[in-house]
Amino acid sequence: MRIGSAKESYAADTALFDSTTQRVWIGLLAAALCAFPFVASEYWLYLACLVAINIASTTGLNLLTGYTGLVSLGQAAFMGLGAYTVAILQTRLGSPFVVNLLAGGGVAMLAGVLVGLPSLRVKGLYLAIATIAAGVIAHFMFSHFSSLTGGGSGLTVPPARFFGIELDDSFKLYWVIVPVTVLMLLGAVNLFRTRIGRAFIAIRDRDISAEVLGISLLHYKLLSFAISSFYAGVAGGLFAYFFRAVTPESFPLLMSIFFLAAVIVGGMGSILGSILGAVFMTLVPELLKLMVGWLPVSVFGGNAALILSPIRTIVFGSMIVLFLIFEPHGLAEVWRRIRRLFHLWPFRT
Amino acid sequence: MTIDWWLLFEISLAGFGTGGLYALTGLAFVMIYKATRVVNIAIGEMLMISAYVFFAFSAGMGLPIWLAIPGALLVSGAFGALVERTMIRPMLGESPISSFMVTVGLSSILVGLVELIWTADQQRLPEFLPSKPIEIGEAFVSPKIFYGFWIAVLLIVVVLLVFRFWRGGVALRATASDQAAAYSVGINVPRVFSLAWVAAAMIAGVAGIVVGSIGGISSTMGVFGLSVLVVVIFGGLDSVLGALVGGLLVGLIEALTGFYIGGEYKILATFSLLVLILMLRPYGLFGTHEIERL
Repeated sequence: MRIGSAKESYAADTALFDSTTQRVWIGLLAAALCAFPFVASEYWLYLACLVAINIASTTGLNLLTGYTGLVSLGQAAFMGLGAYTVAILQTRLGSPFVVNLLAGGGVAMLAGVLVGLPSLRVKGLYLAIATIAAGVIAHFMFSHFSSLTGGGSGLTVPPARFFGIELDDSFKLYWVIVPVTVLMLLGAVNLFRTRIGRAFIAIRDRDISAEVLGISLLHYKLLSFAISSFYAGVAGGLFAYFFRAVTPESFPLLMSIFFLAAVIVGGMGSILGSILGAVFMTLVPELLKLMVGWLPVSVFGGNAALILSPIRTIVFGSMIVLFLIFEPHGLAEVWRRIRRLFHLWPFRT
Repeated sequence: MTIDWWLLFEISLAGFGTGGLYALTGLAFVMIYKATRVVNIAIGEMLMISAYVFFAFSAGMGLPIWLAIPGALLVSGAFGALVERTMIRPMLGESPISSFMVTVGLSSILVGLVELIWTADQQRLPEFLPSKPIEIGEAFVSPKIFYGFWIAVLLIVVVLLVFRFWRGGVALRATASDQAAAYSVGINVPRVFSLAWVAAAMIAGVAGIVVGSIGGISSTMGVFGLSVLVVVIFGGLDSVLGALVGGLLVGLIEALTGFYIGGEYKILATFSLLVLILMLRPYGLFGTHEIERL
């Protein structure tokens, strides 16, 4: 909480953005997001869209893993389901993209509830491994129900249409992807001001105690799975529109690990953490690409692509390990520390 | 359709052959889990590292096989100790999910290292198992799988005996059953943790060398670890018996689906089995059912 901002009513106390400073900054951020596409190059717009999609999916996983305490390694599978739903609807029916996105989220949600069903009996790491099974089974379905999914070669998605405008480049897609992501973030933040969100946190902290307090475990665990996979499904739908192609190989286990890593690096149980984690994890590989470009050619025999992918994998793994050991609360905690430093300066925390 | 019994027998034998290796790796997994309560998802990658170190010693440096194998195992053991000391020890007392994620990170690091040093291409290990085909009745077994199976069985027996009678093994079992009590009778628990990781890394090393010599080595070898994960979930994370039974059974099921339905259904069958067993017995066949109290 900010020093010197006295709350005079309950409404002020529970407000989403509780101080003027915060509101000003949020306004500035919104303005910057609106101005960004007019000044940024195509490459940065591409990255911005990718980051936004990843933020949406990471937020979904954080609801499940960070807030409800159910570890899932199936996020990529749910994204895949959303992406395939969107791709099939867009190619077969050509329905409006808002409908498609919602349908993608809905299908992923149903699958999420199905995967969540064992979560009442299966706990902790057993559950994490069970969700790997979901990923394997989803991959199998994508590559074998060829009449619907196009088999191994996947589907090509025509660009989404919005009031007659074809959303075929990053600039136009930006205006769809970023607002959707912002909406989903607002939804997530608000969720934790309601009974549902608090029930999730209670389940995470001690599920038996939560049940004693009258929280139906089955109901809320399934709800958590449903919301989380809805987020993944919508993110997957955006993914399909963004890359304009979906294949079974687009959603590997590594992608699920990527999102779990983003949640950990960002900070479990923090919406800000999901944002920071997703931004960080998406941009670090790009940064690496730049740095490998600076290395003298002799270091790797002139073939940068050959060493880039392994280095990326190593950095990715090291980041998970280092964050877990040295900064287990993630970037969100770092952010809070820095903010506190500014607030309290010249005193020390 | 009449069933060709000899063919079925032959496929089952091949299945049990792979199953033996699953059981062996499962044993390494269970050892780590029992002693340190860490679910080591990087077990497949630890297998891979040992196979590559063996490859470097034998094919790269031209050492004879009888020197390359112990060398590779020593390196694997040292590697296990290093991982335990630098990654697992700092996570003591953290939630099991955190240490699980550390091993996820570890597996990623190992894959990257292998691709960086040896590239992602498939390599062949030098032949060291006899290549004379084995015939049992009319059934025909690939010699590599046959000897691989017996190496696995032999090693499992040795490991079980060692942990039954050797002082360090007793200490490990004591730590597994009650950490606080083990401390209070003077067992150096952190040393036991190291021991478990070193032993598991070496066991996984043997499995890695055998698996590599059967199917070649590549940076995607860690997929073997996914099947092992199913094996230990099936048998129960903390049950040695479960790992052995689960290993053989999963090997058998994979071989049968692979032959009668198709190779791409293998992993689907394994994971369907996993889902089924989780629904029926969430703690695996022989795992301890932990009673939760407030």
